[in-house]
Amino acid sequence: MSTTTDPQGGTFRLSMLLNDSRYRSLTLQAIAAIILALAIFQLYSNLAENLRIAGLNISYAFLGTPAGYDLNQTLIDYNSQSSNLRAAFVGILNTLLVAVLGCITATVFGVIAGVLRLSNNWLVRKLMAFYVEIFRNIPVLIWIIIIFTIMTAVMPGPKLYLGAEPERELIGGLFAFTNRGIYVPAPFFTSGFGGEEGSGLNWLLVIGVLVASFFAARFVTASANAKQAETGVRPNTMYLNLAIWFVPVAIVLFILGLSWDMPDPLANRFNLRGGLQIGAPLIALWFALSIYTGAFIAENVRAGIQAVSKGQTEAASALGLRPGRTMSLVVLPQALRVIIPPLISQYLNITKNSSLAIVVGYADITATLGGITLNQTGRAIECVLLLMAFYLIISLLISMGMNVYNNAMKLKER
Amino acid sequence: MSDLHAHSVSFVRTETIPQSAPPMTASGPLRWGRENLFATPANGALTLVALFAIYLILSATVPWILNGVWNAGSLSECREILNGTKGACFAVLADRWDQLIFGYSYPADEYWRPTLAFILMLVAIAPVLFFDLPRKLLIVTALFPFVAFWLIWGGTIWTPIFALVGFVVGYFVYARFVTRSFAIGFFGGIAAALATWWVSGFIVPTLAPEEPFLSSVPSRDLGGYMLNMMLGVTCVSLSLPLGIALALGRQSSMPLIKYLCVIFIEFIRGVPLITLLFVASVMLSYFFPPERTVDLFIRVVIMITMFSSAYIAEVIRGGLAALPKGQFEAADSLGLDYAQAMRLIILPQALKISIPGIVNIAVGLFKDTTLVSVISMFDIIGMIRGPILASTDWAGLYWELFLFACAVFFVVCYGISQYSQWLERRLATDHR
Repeated sequence: MSTTTDPQGGTFRLSMLLNDSRYRSLTLQAIAAIILALAIFQLYSNLAENLRIAGLNISYAFLGTPAGYDLNQTLIDYNSQSSNLRAAFVGILNTLLVAVLGCITATVFGVIAGVLRLSNNWLVRKLMAFYVEIFRNIPVLIWIIIIFTIMTAVMPGPKLYLGAEPERELIGGLFAFTNRGIYVPAPFFTSGFGGEEGSGLNWLLVIGVLVASFFAARFVTASANAKQAETGVRPNTMYLNLAIWFVPVAIVLFILGLSWDMPDPLANRFNLRGGLQIGAPLIALWFALSIYTGAFIAENVRAGIQAVSKGQTEAASALGLRPGRTMSLVVLPQALRVIIPPLISQYLNITKNSSLAIVVGYADITATLGGITLNQTGRAIECVLLLMAFYLIISLLISMGMNVYNNAMKLKER
Repeated sequence: MSDLHAHSVSFVRTETIPQSAPPMTASGPLRWGRENLFATPANGALTLVALFAIYLILSATVPWILNGVWNAGSLSECREILNGTKGACFAVLADRWDQLIFGYSYPADEYWRPTLAFILMLVAIAPVLFFDLPRKLLIVTALFPFVAFWLIWGGTIWTPIFALVGFVVGYFVYARFVTRSFAIGFFGGIAAALATWWVSGFIVPTLAPEEPFLSSVPSRDLGGYMLNMMLGVTCVSLSLPLGIALALGRQSSMPLIKYLCVIFIEFIRGVPLITLLFVASVMLSYFFPPERTVDLFIRVVIMITMFSSAYIAEVIRGGLAALPKGQFEAADSLGLDYAQAMRLIILPQALKISIPGIVNIAVGLFKDTTLVSVISMFDIIGMIRGPILASTDWAGLYWELFLFACAVFFVVCYGISQYSQWLERRLATDHR
């Protein structure tokens, strides 16, 4: 009469550790924990032994010592006597600069190409497919090198622009394309904070005014929406919004005394002086990342627009919406839900790919902390760990942003 | 009845008129052109702009390519032949072909070995890619890694043979015990293979001849496009099983396993590949036993494999998440255990869903192998930027070399993505 096979509770046998599903997962995890602990111990003892042999120790004191090298493009004050930590900060700011610029232009390229791939013009469609396939299937490293080569080997030297009767005029008297980079007029303030030297405070003020304008414009739109919901008549807010955006910032710029520093062909016999020089490495990296990632974004945009079913467009036109409003009120809001998550991971890719700056000598964090500082101090472990920590933090921040967006955009189901 | 109206109407047509062709503007190329190129004025303008862009691209490249010089010893000689006309100097490709493909220190007499390995690779990959080929070809696939290792690195043949023996022993142990429990078979097989390799570590040095049949080539002599190919193929094939394991681990109900996998995946995905390559080149050797130096090639393979397996794990996780819950429950209700359910029900479907994603990762990985040039390995980009552009003969020649590099990558990557689209159609079993 032994119909029941499972002993209820009762004796514990050793074989139950493997065969009983109640204990098996605990056994497996214990084995995994032991293996993990052994592996970490082995790696750590190897590390300690190797460091002892090489006479090294783990120390971050090198961050405080003078870096001893110059960087060509810096957003904050820096010279060769600055500390390695400051060099790393220069690198971080440069990474963020090229990442932000790259994200903006890649989005522009990607949206244009993605929309044009759905054009009903056959030639344009094929041309955009060609662009996407060419750029997606060739490594970004090659694109960076190619564009850097165009910038340095094809562009003329600055000498052509120099002297009273130069071989080439500045384009519109404002811009110069040379193999050292592109020269553009640089804005500065004559009567702002910090006097002649200028100060970051001026720009903060301008940005603050723009942010205030943004919120004011949003308030105006919201109140217009409320009025429309109440009365059915929408007040015309266009002029008011234009005024909110342009008038305050114009006043502030006028008070600060905005002025332009032009590239001057006469100031120096060997190089262009004056103006803002955007170095060739930055342009190569920026442009290459933009067109490369733009091709990927184009595919995301195309997929997003195609994901909106045709019935939505037809329903909108059945309601009497004009094509423009169909796009902005019906198709785009639904397509954006599909487009934005992959778009953000493309932004993440741009940030990570910007570490290729090292091949063209742009002073980003990989080139300063992971390149020159590492080679000069020999602190390989510390530098690589700090480098990874930086990229990890950026990535986590971006994916946190993405999660917030995804939660906000989730289909609200009842 | 036909002449009913014959008296009242003067003429009645009794037969149908033959159909006439549509007007010229409503059919044929004219209609196509009007609908696809000049539908609206704005559309027409767009067409003209596109035509102009195509003209600009073609007029810059076509004469340059057609006028190319294929036989010259140096850039100056090439310019002499061109005599001021515009033209490409493809002679550099002919002159430095070996360096572009094999790197500059692989022994020239042994070029047949990697070439043969490449041809064998095509044979070995074919049955994996195309199911219609005879299944017996899979034997070539199984033997290929060992043969290719022996061909490319040379040295004693006993190393790959004992490596193979280890796998065979492991497989027999697995097959013997898998009927009792998958876990016992799996881990027993791994243990048996490791034991075989440990023993052969003592046997191989005694068997190794003084003068091996194929001379030994150190890893640092590998280079050129061959290096990209080797890294790409090795890392993709290694990272696929690792990626599957990570994806399953991330789904696991055991918290320790789950969080280990999550931390690994998120860490790897959060850092750029280049920092991992820095780890391989300057940091990883600190973590190996002091008396042993591990080859840079192997260190790079380890890091790239870790990198791509984290991405593949995420793709497969997407595939697992896309499966309806009923599949898992059905497997449970059939009384299958975890290993059986995964092997027979879940993974075949999840992998099928993930194919496009996995192929994207593989293409990305193959493109990313160019990054090794940053840590001074001489892959094709390293060769172009280093020895070739720095040589006195060819300094100042860029576009021909870059065009070549673009072409070899484009052919492979575009080919892979076209294959994946074909495979998706082939595997589509749902009714549409």
